[in-house]
Amino acid sequence: MATMDSALPLRRIALRLTEGIDSTLLVLTLTLSMIGLAALYSASYDTPSRVASQVANLGLAFCAMWIVAQVPPQTLMRFALPAYLIGLALLVAVALAGDVVNGARRWLHVGVTRFQPSEMMKLAVPMMLAWYFHKRESGVLLRHYALGAILLVVPVAFIARQPDLGTAALVAAAGFYVIFFAGINWKVLAWLGGLAVAGLFPLWGLLHDYQRKRILTLLDPTTDPLGAGYHIIQSTIAVGSGGLAGKGWLNGTQAHLEFIPERHTDFIFAVFSEEFGLIGNCVLLVLYALLVGRGLMIAANAPTVFARLLAGSISLMFFTYAFVNMGMVSGILPVVGVPLPFLSYGGTALLTLFIATGILMSVHRHRKLVQT
Amino acid sequence: MLGVAEIRNAERELHQFQVRVGIAAMAVLIAFGLLAARFFLLQVVRHDVYQAKAEENRISIVPVPPNRGLILDRNGVVIARNYSAYTLEIAPHKVKNIEATIDELAQIVDIQPRDRARFRKLLAETRNADSLPIRTRLSDEEVAKFAANRYRFEGVDIKARLFRQYPYGDVASHLIGYMGRINEADQARLEDEGVDANYRGTDFIGKAGIEASYQNELHGNTGFEQVEIDAAGRGIRTLSRTPSQPGNNVALTIDLKLQQVAENAFGERRGALVAIEPSTGSVLALVSRPGFDPNLFVDGIDPQSWQELNQSPDRPLNDRAIAGVYPPGSTFKPFLALAALENGKRRPSSTIFDPGYFDFGGRRFRDDKKGGHGTVDLYRSIVESCDTYYYQVANDMGIDAIAHFMGPIGLGSRTGIDINGEASGVLPSPEWKMKRFRRPEQQKWYAGETISIGIGQGYNAYTPIQLAEALATVVNGGAMYRPHLVSHIDNLRTGGRKEFAPELVRTVRLKPENVEFIKRAMAGVIEEGTAARAFAGAEYTAGGKTGTAQVIAIKQNEKYDEKRVAEQFRDHSLFIAFAPVESPKIALAVVVENGGFGARAAAPLARAVLDYFMLGKLPPGMEAAPAPEDNGADEDESD
Repeated sequence: MATMDSALPLRRIALRLTEGIDSTLLVLTLTLSMIGLAALYSASYDTPSRVASQVANLGLAFCAMWIVAQVPPQTLMRFALPAYLIGLALLVAVALAGDVVNGARRWLHVGVTRFQPSEMMKLAVPMMLAWYFHKRESGVLLRHYALGAILLVVPVAFIARQPDLGTAALVAAAGFYVIFFAGINWKVLAWLGGLAVAGLFPLWGLLHDYQRKRILTLLDPTTDPLGAGYHIIQSTIAVGSGGLAGKGWLNGTQAHLEFIPERHTDFIFAVFSEEFGLIGNCVLLVLYALLVGRGLMIAANAPTVFARLLAGSISLMFFTYAFVNMGMVSGILPVVGVPLPFLSYGGTALLTLFIATGILMSVHRHRKLVQT
Repeated sequence: MLGVAEIRNAERELHQFQVRVGIAAMAVLIAFGLLAARFFLLQVVRHDVYQAKAEENRISIVPVPPNRGLILDRNGVVIARNYSAYTLEIAPHKVKNIEATIDELAQIVDIQPRDRARFRKLLAETRNADSLPIRTRLSDEEVAKFAANRYRFEGVDIKARLFRQYPYGDVASHLIGYMGRINEADQARLEDEGVDANYRGTDFIGKAGIEASYQNELHGNTGFEQVEIDAAGRGIRTLSRTPSQPGNNVALTIDLKLQQVAENAFGERRGALVAIEPSTGSVLALVSRPGFDPNLFVDGIDPQSWQELNQSPDRPLNDRAIAGVYPPGSTFKPFLALAALENGKRRPSSTIFDPGYFDFGGRRFRDDKKGGHGTVDLYRSIVESCDTYYYQVANDMGIDAIAHFMGPIGLGSRTGIDINGEASGVLPSPEWKMKRFRRPEQQKWYAGETISIGIGQGYNAYTPIQLAEALATVVNGGAMYRPHLVSHIDNLRTGGRKEFAPELVRTVRLKPENVEFIKRAMAGVIEEGTAARAFAGAEYTAGGKTGTAQVIAIKQNEKYDEKRVAEQFRDHSLFIAFAPVESPKIALAVVVENGGFGARAAAPLARAVLDYFMLGKLPPGMEAAPAPEDNGADEDESD
């Protein structure tokens, strides 16, 4: 654009800073984050410090996004294999020596803090698969898909064993999207779908009792009003009582009377939905649809196989998070630990999401680069 | 450079990709449409229903914790029961300055420093607790005083809670165990088992003994109440109630009176006694002294009492009966004699001449009796406890054959009794030594080590319950029943009863004539041998064997305390016994720590227990045994 103005140092710095930042994605993610802060403020009437700490989380995640956006996809690709291998090694370490919190072995001690390697796999797995198919671009054969599937199943199995079914499902979905976009044959896909359904039956036997209970409770929440059913009953009431226009910000009774469990994190949508109603929900759905649409557009125009597979997978990952979370809060999906993207409280999830956004921005910025 | 075909290929791939992106976009829209439809259903179509529910949803579901099942002895004597008492509780997240609130409360009700210490400990240990007790067992007067001042204390309230009570205090404390607050590890386990919902509103859980191992039976089912609450979350009225179902009553195989006789006989001495019914494995008494008062743990033990229990040199929390490991001393001899008979290494008539020592490999193993026992056959070797005889037997059999016999009769492995914390002990063998030690020169088994094994010394180390179980197995002719503490469990709701049938662990093949011989020889110990004086005038038949186990010298770095050290150097006194000889109804093992000769300390103790068991004869001083003090609190035997 204005080449003359670029002589001005301030302007140049500003340009340099905004270079590579896709304004559509920026506006969408920031809008969602602001909505999140508003809902969190309402949910945190008794613990106001959470809002401040979420603002700090946002700042950190935003910086991470900016940095990642500056890294060209070719460079990102070089991280794919190491990130995957390190993530896998950490998962093994967790299985052997992880901390047990609430009966699940998910955490690893790193110095003073604890860290969930499964979180890292949410991005490392699609990156790895995208890299793997990128390397096979001259022709992907069925056996390549088979190997890709193994690359996916191993980390997913480790995460599911922790047990953390929510994260396992998300990682599995992210990997599956890559395989889907890589062009796997529809017929094979149909077979795999059939196999997956058939595989559900033995899987049922492997589930922990509480996991089975969650699924059964979904069918009839009233059977277990003290335990798992409680979450679903209460969050459905919150959503339903919101009505068309909602009860108004800070006026939700369900959250404020402490009926909503995990109201800062996984169930923040119940708080939002109660206070902003169907209109608010639709605005949220549109925002997510725009976010996913923008991501898919970027994927469609991406220059390399790696870039488009990764961008496509990330876009659908956003969709999956939003769909699973809202579906669980409104009582059509089982309660699994999936945060609502950009709205739920929690630094780790925000970091993952903003890094993913950064990757999309990077792919978008380098769309014109022709592969050598 | 790319070939034309490859460029085409790449183009085709890109096209295919874009088609799939289109499909994905469609799928996303459909899925979001589905969500929107769901929202429409909930928020518009069924809005009225949920609106009404939200209005009503001033309804809180309050768990109603169940009454814990009772623990009774074999005769129906209640050993553990519940009583309800008022506690003063603070909800930590509703109180701004906890210390200041406690200071103010202290002006109304009596709050001791140990109450504060316990509260701080609870506060540090439990996260997300609704409310924590600052005082338990309030008097009626205190309840009234606080009620009048309640408006001054937000987040402080009086609650009626059920507490565990053990009317017999420290009697049978180790086997009953104790209760404790549910901590994070317990919580995680409950969640893993998927029963955490059933523990809502329950603060305490069995931590040791029967209370822990039969926790699931004792707990019962939590009920719930639907309570209407106001905007501040305070209850207004109860709308519906699903009552809780009380836990099951657990009846023990223990005879509490027998247990008391045994515990009394120990007096201030340390040690353990285990009595088993050989034909079933029912444990009749399981004593570990000193004991502790499980009532101390009931509402959260205060740090000071905990420290006293934990740091006492007498280690009252150790369950010596199942976790104390002792060299068996000469009580090992009947087992070794039986092994030699079974292996054909000895016959009842096999005699030796005992000069008072046994030379082996340039080392002299001395007999206890100076000058020796002279000519000794197998019977006299047991009756007189001749060491030299068993040095030779051990040497002739070799360590492998000894270990091969002793393992199956239960020595050196956990019996599998139904409470936690059992130790496995040590059955010495070359394989064990190989595993136990690291350095090659330590791993080697020396033939000389086999010699001292023969008289129950060396690496030999067994728990009292193993000795009792091994004796029970032998006098039972080889049929080994797993020792168990629970005879049946009663479900008060259904009236159903779950009986615990004797569990046959294995049948060790023993020749009946050999078993008879050992029983006769052990009867000889009591009639004319080392325990004759302790059993003078007994009006029933019994067999026994004395034992004296050397105590390993104290470690260099241990604190020097003249009085204690002198006592700690004394040998442990052991005795194993069964009665009656013809068809044994009881097999027992006694250890008195630092009690000196087996005949002196342990045998009279066994006599007292057998006198009561066989004849119902109470020792002097116990005839007027005081009934347990009843503190007048409401007893809650059932819901």
